[in-house]
Amino acid sequence: MNASSSPDLETRLLTLAAARFGKPVASLAPGDDVFEKLGIDSIQAMEMLTEIETTFGVEVPDYELQGVTTFAGIAELVRRRLG
Amino acid sequence: MDAAPETRPAAPRDARAYAMLDASRYTSVGEMLRDALVQFKTHVAFTELDRRRVTQRLSYLDVKRAVERLARRLEDAGIGAGDRVAIVMTNQARWPIAAMAAFFRGAVVVPIDYKLTPKEREALLAHAKPRALVTEYPLFAPHAAGALEAVSLVLVSEAPPNARLGHAQRWGALDGADEPAGSDAPPTFVPRAREDVATIVYSSGTGGQPKGCMLPHRAYLAQYAALTALFPLVAGDRYFSILPTNHAIDFMCGFLGPLCGGAMVVHQRTLRPEFLTATMKSERVTHMAVVPLLLTAFERAIREKLDALPGWQRAAVEALMQVNERLTERRPNRLVSRTLLRPIHEAFGGELRVLFCGGAFVEQERAELFYRLGLPVAIGYGLTEASTVATVNDLRPFRGDSVGRAVDGVSLRIVDADASGVGEVQLHGPTLMLGYLDDPEQTRAAFTEDGWLRTGDLGHLDASHHLHLVGRSKNMIVTRGGKNVYPEDIEGAFGGVACEELAVFAEGYLWQTRGELVGERLVVVARLKSGATEAERLRFTEALHAANQRLADYKRAHALLLTDEAFPRTASMKIKRGPLAEDLRARYAQADMLWLGEPVEAVR
Repeated sequence: MNASSSPDLETRLLTLAAARFGKPVASLAPGDDVFEKLGIDSIQAMEMLTEIETTFGVEVPDYELQGVTTFAGIAELVRRRLG
Repeated sequence: MDAAPETRPAAPRDARAYAMLDASRYTSVGEMLRDALVQFKTHVAFTELDRRRVTQRLSYLDVKRAVERLARRLEDAGIGAGDRVAIVMTNQARWPIAAMAAFFRGAVVVPIDYKLTPKEREALLAHAKPRALVTEYPLFAPHAAGALEAVSLVLVSEAPPNARLGHAQRWGALDGADEPAGSDAPPTFVPRAREDVATIVYSSGTGGQPKGCMLPHRAYLAQYAALTALFPLVAGDRYFSILPTNHAIDFMCGFLGPLCGGAMVVHQRTLRPEFLTATMKSERVTHMAVVPLLLTAFERAIREKLDALPGWQRAAVEALMQVNERLTERRPNRLVSRTLLRPIHEAFGGELRVLFCGGAFVEQERAELFYRLGLPVAIGYGLTEASTVATVNDLRPFRGDSVGRAVDGVSLRIVDADASGVGEVQLHGPTLMLGYLDDPEQTRAAFTEDGWLRTGDLGHLDASHHLHLVGRSKNMIVTRGGKNVYPEDIEGAFGGVACEELAVFAEGYLWQTRGELVGERLVVVARLKSGATEAERLRFTEALHAANQRLADYKRAHALLLTDEAFPRTASMKIKRGPLAEDLRARYAQADMLWLGEPVEAVR
């Protein structure tokens, strides 16, 4: 995994989240709190994660999600699985 | 003291209840479970899935062998009558297997919430002082080296081959294939009396003083008999265990209840709604318990389904819902509902008999919608101090406006009722705890002089003895995810926000309403310096908001009330919460609060 691929992964994540919850992609940043920014509850967040898993072809176990609240945090989990 | 008459209505008994073990014949939970494993040996006890893959099916006989193997290890480590065995695990078959092995040895099971942080778990372990801890590698790994050294036997499942376990030992394959050779002798069963402690369950785990409820065997035996008389779980039933097993509800409904009747328990390693409904379908789930938050998610899924239908079809479903409602007025009729509302039922697997939903504040409209769709939601109410369930709706007929009637073995009274009949709910009977572990002071405060449990909840009984909760006399909330939160415990988080004084309240404690229940939410009450400018107020609100966002989701406050009166305080400068709440109630309305954000919470 090279360094240049990481921002790309984050952009794809933000695009997916923006499309799913009808937000302009420019309004989202990697450091944002997912729940607050999208105005969603934890169940909606988990539903989004399933879409992320399908898109990237990875499986992230639920216990790894504990304490993860930002887009960058989710990207890191996905990256670890891809790597 | 002004007490309303006690209620103990006769529970309607379901014929299927006779297929289950008779709890009155046993003196301990361990004894009853030991018999169940023999009696139902050919049935499937546990099915585990990881997403769509079935990863394990265990018969009662498989479980019996795994329990005895583990009990042997506990015995070899010298664990016996009255010793404590803590369990920190996600929902999987190993959880009940570990508990059954501990009960086999006459030990006390200490369920610890796996969602707590490693530090919080360590604090509870330090309080409970268990001799053994059974856990799984993903939960074990984050503990600092040496943090669990005080526990002499630590068993870790699912550890990778090269994992560093320190003094902990591996709990390998359930069939014992990869375990170190030990003594081959069968373990010795250790009998217990009904009054002996069966479990120590923590009713508040985060911050503040840990409250470990010591529950005796008789509490579980009484509760098992009462609940299964209303909702039998027998061979052929499939219970989907998604609430944490460490929580009182799943411990009863997802462990003792199904196993003592020969039913099957389904575990799913992920809790994404998509996989939950897929599992309900593939395993043809008949029973499950949920938190109100999950009902919300299910409702969203149903509404999306309905909205996607063409107009005429939606109108047809509406009409069918009305027909279904009329046909099931007195009691649920699964066949009628399934036939009429097939597409909706199929989304939930098509076999669901009942959804249990605990928590005082299930929205009535939501429960009614589910019932109209032919998916009965049995709303109940309970607290760890009283085992599991104090009241529940028996669905004969369905009621969405009440938390139900007292179950068999639970006496309920309303004390110090006001003119409208509202007073504190107090409980009595065999399901009550013996007290809090090592805490005579809190134990004394929890009971009245004549031995009734003070719940801290305010309510009234209607003519049919159904309980209606209207608020709290204790300053606490139970979140939609089922966690107890004591507002005092989180005031410290706002310490850095500049103001004259600040207090956190449960909204239901500040304002007790009826009909429309106040949500289970936290309110920050703050006083700024007199003559604060608009800019200063804005700065304060922003700082408070920022501090709020840094809290764990379920600890966040959802509203702010600004006041300009100084808080009443004791000589030692503690806030007098009762008088302050009374004063605020008199001077402000709920509408005076500023909204900080929607409640957000993780389910598990």
